Amino acid sequence: MQRPIQAIYHGSVKSKLLILTSLFLLLVLLTLYAVSQGAVEVALPELLAILSGRASDEMTAYIVYEIRLPRMVMSIITGVSLACAGAIMQAILRNPLADPFTLGVSSGAAFGAALAIVAGTSVFGINLVSSGQWMIALNAFVFGCLAVGAVYGIAKLKNSSTTVLLLAGVAIGQLFSAGVSGLKFFSNNEALKDLVVWLMGGFWGAKWQVLHILLPLVIISLVLLLKYAWDLNSLCAGEDVARTLGVNVKQVRWVCLLLVTLMASVTIAFTGIIGFIGLVAPHISRIIIGTDYRFLLPCSCLMGALLLLLSDTAARMVLSPIEIPVGIITALFGAPFFVYLLLKKRKDYWA
Amino acid sequence: MYMQVKDLSIKYGTKMILKQIQMNLQKGEVASIIGPNGAGKTTLLKSMASIITVERARIWIKDRDIRSYSANELAKTLGYVPQHTAFGYPLTVLETVLLGRKPYMQWNVTAHDLEVAGAIMERLQLAEMAQRYMDELSGGERQKVLIARALAQEPEILLLDEPTSALDIRHQLEVLELVRQLALQQQVLVVLIMHDLELAARYSDRVFLLQQGQIYASGRPEEVFTSANMEQVYGVKVEIGQGSSGLKLTATLPESR
Repeated sequence: MQRPIQAIYHGSVKSKLLILTSLFLLLVLLTLYAVSQGAVEVALPELLAILSGRASDEMTAYIVYEIRLPRMVMSIITGVSLACAGAIMQAILRNPLADPFTLGVSSGAAFGAALAIVAGTSVFGINLVSSGQWMIALNAFVFGCLAVGAVYGIAKLKNSSTTVLLLAGVAIGQLFSAGVSGLKFFSNNEALKDLVVWLMGGFWGAKWQVLHILLPLVIISLVLLLKYAWDLNSLCAGEDVARTLGVNVKQVRWVCLLLVTLMASVTIAFTGIIGFIGLVAPHISRIIIGTDYRFLLPCSCLMGALLLLLSDTAARMVLSPIEIPVGIITALFGAPFFVYLLLKKRKDYWA
Repeated sequence: MYMQVKDLSIKYGTKMILKQIQMNLQKGEVASIIGPNGAGKTTLLKSMASIITVERARIWIKDRDIRSYSANELAKTLGYVPQHTAFGYPLTVLETVLLGRKPYMQWNVTAHDLEVAGAIMERLQLAEMAQRYMDELSGGERQKVLIARALAQEPEILLLDEPTSALDIRHQLEVLELVRQLALQQQVLVVLIMHDLELAARYSDRVFLLQQGQIYASGRPEEVFTSANMEQVYGVKVEIGQGSSGLKLTATLPESR
């Protein structure tokens, strides 16, 4: 009847790896499907031929490589980075409602990016030259850090409770939104159009140049964060206990918070504000794979990528040829989920 | 001397929490810290676990200042079981016990880690619930899992903050029996904070009675549990007798008859 611990452990690892593999395959299939759909439909055999470098039609190959693929990769990488940021923030702040959106990182980064766009709009608009892209990314990061620092600081001053953290997030978020509105008001026509389109959140700006910044940044951060998996698990047992388990709590907090703020804010700089992925993906993953961060983190990333790619494909296809901003779609399924979490939250664990 | 507290004083703002605490603890003994609420028991235990950082060389383990231990080194020497754990996202029982292997692990759980965790879970009869989540367990089971996690660190010193406070009498006895066996068989030094004086008397080799941050009395249970000491520290009248399994304490408020 009773199985030895070894068998139980290896069994659970195996099933978790199976979940990760299935999610990955699902993501590959969805990507192929998304690339084939659009104004010009590319049939699967043709698509495979193009991807393996035997393009029959130059035009279709161009559409696939320069328009569709960058966009798909962009939504995947955005999903990965937002979901990862959410999962990490929920662990280090010990708070199920933490994500880049609720903690004000999104608004802060948006303000930073908007500032860069408006200030430098004569040189680079939404079709940015590469130096401009770096400046936008840097600006977004600096203001994202400012926002999360302010929210965390306020919560710490009071009592670090969930309520204070969320309210501080709302307040700081509003402050930066006001800043963005101010920028809209004072900017000229050209910049205003760029700004408005960008703020709605979407992957119109997807270009390989942008991905050359994002891809390495997200992948390196992710690998570094995965190294902290056991520390994050320990933190789930409480700060005091984590310390007696040999975790340098302060260092883990700061390194992780800095890395995810970097990931999230730089991503937001190029996509605009896309809400709820950072909140929803980790929670769904927690339900299907458990709390062990060695598996939860990759699972959240895959889940975030899947959800966002799905949303973006829906955004492109629902009213085709008109594209809806993807932020609208994510909010549509994210907001009800957020309310559900608020209602269901088990007080005794989080008080 | 195995673990020493030398002249430890701790202040929060202007309030003295601990005053000149002296303790000399031996390998393989069970020591209880008792005293009324607010006497500084938890602060003392947390300083001994290095959760509260002490400014000077006040706490020594095996003739080394506790501050000279690296975080991992200390985690392999000393296990700590908190009073009540607020859960974050619930882990399974097995995952929780494996957390105790954290100071030994890189990223992978090795066969040896599983062996250690498995043996401890067998011993505490937790093996059947390995896959259950912590929030599905009863208070007694949860306390055992937390002790198992501390034991998975293979510590030479085990610190427990009121391990029996949330448990029914059967689980209280189980936990205390376990702790005594660890001290006897594996020569672990166990330091407990206790509220139940009779159980403290029965299971401890030594008792430290705290009053307002100071050690009011210390020694073998029968030396510490005297009517005079109890009245002075707790402000109650206590009749002390000899029961079949240890000291018997009957406390009454001084006003009542």
